[in-house]
Amino acid sequence: MADLFIGDDVADDVEIAAVTAAVGTGAAVVHADERLVYGGTHRRRDHRHLLLPALHALQNAKGWISPGGLNHVCEVLQVPPAEAYGVATFYEMFRVDEPEIAAETAHVTHVCVDAACQIAGVEQLIAELEARGEHVHRSPCLGQCERAPAQFHQGIGRPDSVPADALEAAAVEVAVRIPQQGDPSLRLLRNVGVVDPTSLAAYRANGGYRALGAAVEMGPAAVCAAVADSGLSGRGGAAFPTGVKWRAVAAEQGRPKHVVANCDESEPGTFKDRIVMEQDPFAVIESLTLAGFATGAENGWIYIRGEYPLATARLSNAVVQAREAGLLGADAAGSGHSFDVEIRRGAGAYICGEETALFASLEGFRGEPRSKPPFPTTHGLFGEPTAINNPETLINTLDIVLNGAQAYRSRGTERSPGTKLLCLSGRVFRPGLYEVEFGTTLGEVLELAGPLTGSGNLAAVLMGGAAGSFVGPDALDMPLTLEDTRERGATLGSGVVMAFTDEIDMTAVAVRIAEFFRNESCGQCVPCRVGTVRQHETMVQIQAKGALSAQRRSLVDDIAEVMVDASICGLGHTAASAVNSAMALGLLPEGGLDEDH
Amino acid sequence: MFGAGGGTSSYAEVEQTDLVLLWGSNAREAHPIYFHHVLKGLDNGARMYAVDPRRTSSSKFADAWLGLNVGTDIALANAVGREIIAAGLHNTDFIAHATQGFDDYKAAVDQYTLDVAEEITGVPGHAIREMAHDYAKAGSAQILWTLGITEHHNAVENVLSLCNLALLTGHVGRWGSGLVPLRGQNNVQGGGDMGALPNKFPGFQDVEDPVALAKFEAVYNMSLPSKPGLHLTLMFEAMERGEIKALYVIGENPADSEADVAHARKLLDGLDILVVQDILMTRTAEMADVVLPAAVGWAESEGTVTSSERRVQRVRPAVPPPGQARDDTGIIGDLANRLGVDWGKPSPQDLWDELRSLSPMHAGMSWDRLEAAGGIQWPCVDLDDPGSPFLHGWLWAEDLDGREPAPFSACHHEGPKEQLSEQFPLRLTTGRALDSYNTGVQSGGFASPIRYGDGIDVNPLDAERLGVGDGERVRVCSPRGSVETRVRVQPDIPVGLTFTTFHFPELVDVNQLTNPEWDLRSGTAEFKAAAVRIERIEPNHSKTPTPTLVPATESADG
Repeated sequence: MADLFIGDDVADDVEIAAVTAAVGTGAAVVHADERLVYGGTHRRRDHRHLLLPALHALQNAKGWISPGGLNHVCEVLQVPPAEAYGVATFYEMFRVDEPEIAAETAHVTHVCVDAACQIAGVEQLIAELEARGEHVHRSPCLGQCERAPAQFHQGIGRPDSVPADALEAAAVEVAVRIPQQGDPSLRLLRNVGVVDPTSLAAYRANGGYRALGAAVEMGPAAVCAAVADSGLSGRGGAAFPTGVKWRAVAAEQGRPKHVVANCDESEPGTFKDRIVMEQDPFAVIESLTLAGFATGAENGWIYIRGEYPLATARLSNAVVQAREAGLLGADAAGSGHSFDVEIRRGAGAYICGEETALFASLEGFRGEPRSKPPFPTTHGLFGEPTAINNPETLINTLDIVLNGAQAYRSRGTERSPGTKLLCLSGRVFRPGLYEVEFGTTLGEVLELAGPLTGSGNLAAVLMGGAAGSFVGPDALDMPLTLEDTRERGATLGSGVVMAFTDEIDMTAVAVRIAEFFRNESCGQCVPCRVGTVRQHETMVQIQAKGALSAQRRSLVDDIAEVMVDASICGLGHTAASAVNSAMALGLLPEGGLDEDH
Repeated sequence: MFGAGGGTSSYAEVEQTDLVLLWGSNAREAHPIYFHHVLKGLDNGARMYAVDPRRTSSSKFADAWLGLNVGTDIALANAVGREIIAAGLHNTDFIAHATQGFDDYKAAVDQYTLDVAEEITGVPGHAIREMAHDYAKAGSAQILWTLGITEHHNAVENVLSLCNLALLTGHVGRWGSGLVPLRGQNNVQGGGDMGALPNKFPGFQDVEDPVALAKFEAVYNMSLPSKPGLHLTLMFEAMERGEIKALYVIGENPADSEADVAHARKLLDGLDILVVQDILMTRTAEMADVVLPAAVGWAESEGTVTSSERRVQRVRPAVPPPGQARDDTGIIGDLANRLGVDWGKPSPQDLWDELRSLSPMHAGMSWDRLEAAGGIQWPCVDLDDPGSPFLHGWLWAEDLDGREPAPFSACHHEGPKEQLSEQFPLRLTTGRALDSYNTGVQSGGFASPIRYGDGIDVNPLDAERLGVGDGERVRVCSPRGSVETRVRVQPDIPVGLTFTTFHFPELVDVNQLTNPEWDLRSGTAEFKAAAVRIERIEPNHSKTPTPTLVPATESADG
């Protein structure tokens, strides 16, 4: 942008070095010579996607994004300062006000306050951390619900880290998190805890990259056909048929195409993709490559949430090793197809799990969803045809290609074939990641995780996360399939199964869920922006007064209806779901107040 | 005929072209409306090269800025041409079919190797090569230029050197490709079209053409001069010789706008009578014996205007002119009547119909058609002719529509007349800023939040060498005079070059400095290349208050 008006604040050397390292050769303006400058509209547009990495670099360098640092990024990438500020303030992990922390502070400790951690004594943890002088930031779900209460260290001048990862690496077996580890019947988790996640050789020795080899033999059309025949549907919650998506992208010709691994797993209660990425990263890369081959896309992107440093490191390592082995690059795995992968970190925004918001975020804009249609298969990343799937969906395709659609369909039910990863958390004895066949009942799943803890008396189960819904003890016989859950007004969503026993203050849980949506609404469209606020106010009122006026009660229903009907994305559509189901189940106090005041 | 008249292309073409060469033009600031069309083109995927001594705000929208030395455009254009030929990227079919003089051109440009061009222009050879290849290979390409090309002593050759490139590649005479000089005023095209040129009748018919002369004499019912008259620069020379004693100035402000303006003012002062017809009390009007207040062309007058894409459009009055101000045609008609010729009181439509009867390229534009179509692009030769979105389509016709092939014109690098010297070591070039217009007559009455006022742009290295700081008042001297202004330290201006606008003659008489050396064919002075030096003003002289963002004379009530 030629007409940039940049303020007087300047970056210091540390900030400039950080931005230079992040942006590399990607500056929007290149002074090649005193009399030759490359720049202009196209370079500016082509490098806008480096905004998020540049902001990460600033945040990491100083623990905040200073006005001078932001100005420098604007200059380098030719982004209007107002827009860059808009992006910087969009994300949970970025600070644009100088934090009141000591200069020598090494990190800010993010502590999750969402449901699983909330009921696991997070307030006590925060008190302890603060007593130790830690700088604590209350964070939305960190995706470590199996080891609640969760922490994440956002580094200042050093890498981000998760304290629990260090502990696990040192001593604790991965089996604690994946109780089924080593079970020969596992499909999706068969490598987890068995194969060294840092070694391509180990992955290949265990059958890795055989699926991609088979796919190259079959050709793209046959791969798409197998995926379609398998009945595989998206595992992020929307359950869209993967084969339909891939075929639509494969049919697009004449423009650059993309496949994106949506690793922005942020649904409270969900940690399945994190464990897959941490423990079986090569499977994610292999299946993404397979998706690129099947759809004819040459560009692979991994958008991973910023709070997953270990998964990011493992995936980065996997990409490097795959590239060195010729499994990525000009002739990826001897397929004759050019394909490579770039990894991008999110910066803490639930909404960026929504596919079009993810595109906007990756492109360097505020992560605001776009209206659909047009759909990503024709107008996705950079407005180009894009297939976007989450890791769980992707790794399913390895099994499908290797063993065929029929073998895949031999598990699960007719309408929900295959297996499903479930994130068990809350008041269960063995919280962790489980792989079960579709059709297993909720009760059986809870039994896998051992006896209930807490009071031992089940009050409710949160299915599908904050965007899902509560079910009562009468739902234990419910088979966990797409069709059965839908019939019972519930959802499998992203595979969250969070157990609540009857000593838990469910009102506090509902208040936090409502607060979560209030914070995470991107604010772009009115029903959600206003609706989530009113919903939160209502929950606070219930908590404060132990009751709800009839007027408020009907307002809650109205808000829910408007958000479902008129929001442009899934966040608004589902923001009232959990709270309303809690009311319907009688988990919250109701009635008793005559009027609203 | 190729090489005269107006821009070859429609505005819409730059929105759909593949490549733009913006050469000697800061259209972002000087032609902001046209630049919106350029921006649409960039939005639609066009690539753009900007060739300009300064890294202008327009250049910042370009994929590459090539910062050539002032006045070395021909060397650069010739090097581009040579590179295109050397790489075999020239359009041999088009050259054989539609042009003449290629061999001479090829021989003439042969000496302009990339190395030689780099030496002369200061632009890296590889960048010249990239631009040459991109231009030649583009599916469609437009060359846009303005005063950076024409305000030189060899203006016409500068233009021809660019035209050569279009002929070499066939980037002319078809949709999306063309040669587009941007016009600086909304109706400057119309002025030329109507014969406000010393050598042309309306419709670009030559006064020395006996057929045209006879036609006009028959209709005007009088004998007409068969030799070209004087253009502005020659008029001042004639005034100097005492041959011109009376001057009738319509809508010009030469007392501010002429190069070496002090000299020009002296000549204006020496006239027997100076008549000025203008919408505002300009400095020239202040010197006049008679001032004829005129209505504004836009919103107070009826008639037509013609845009840079040769589109004739009707304009109508929305408000009556203030006070005694009158329409130009009415003033001129009454003046003729007082001088003893009975012109009566023709309506604008009467005048237009007379023009249509005399100018073949306007013949098909009836008043009603202009009304119905909202404008028609000339040439439009009869009532069935839809007009011409672009010119020179005949170059691609099988028999060239019976015309002569378009000529290449061998041009050679000369450089500015005024060489730098020890005494005057810095190059001064002039131009416009977005918020102001020409001598400020029409724009100075309004405050603008983006107006930075007077000042001379200086590279930080030069500023350091001169020991002057940003905002410091300095004296700028050329061989003709000196002015005081303040320094603006600007990293975007190359070392050795300085720049100033000419919008604030009340504050800084920039044209005291500029060089009146002019082009023999176009009559344009070399505003773009003077040699100057910058002197510090001794501390005891620098009591002038620090200029504010909006100088007092430029404020709304000033």
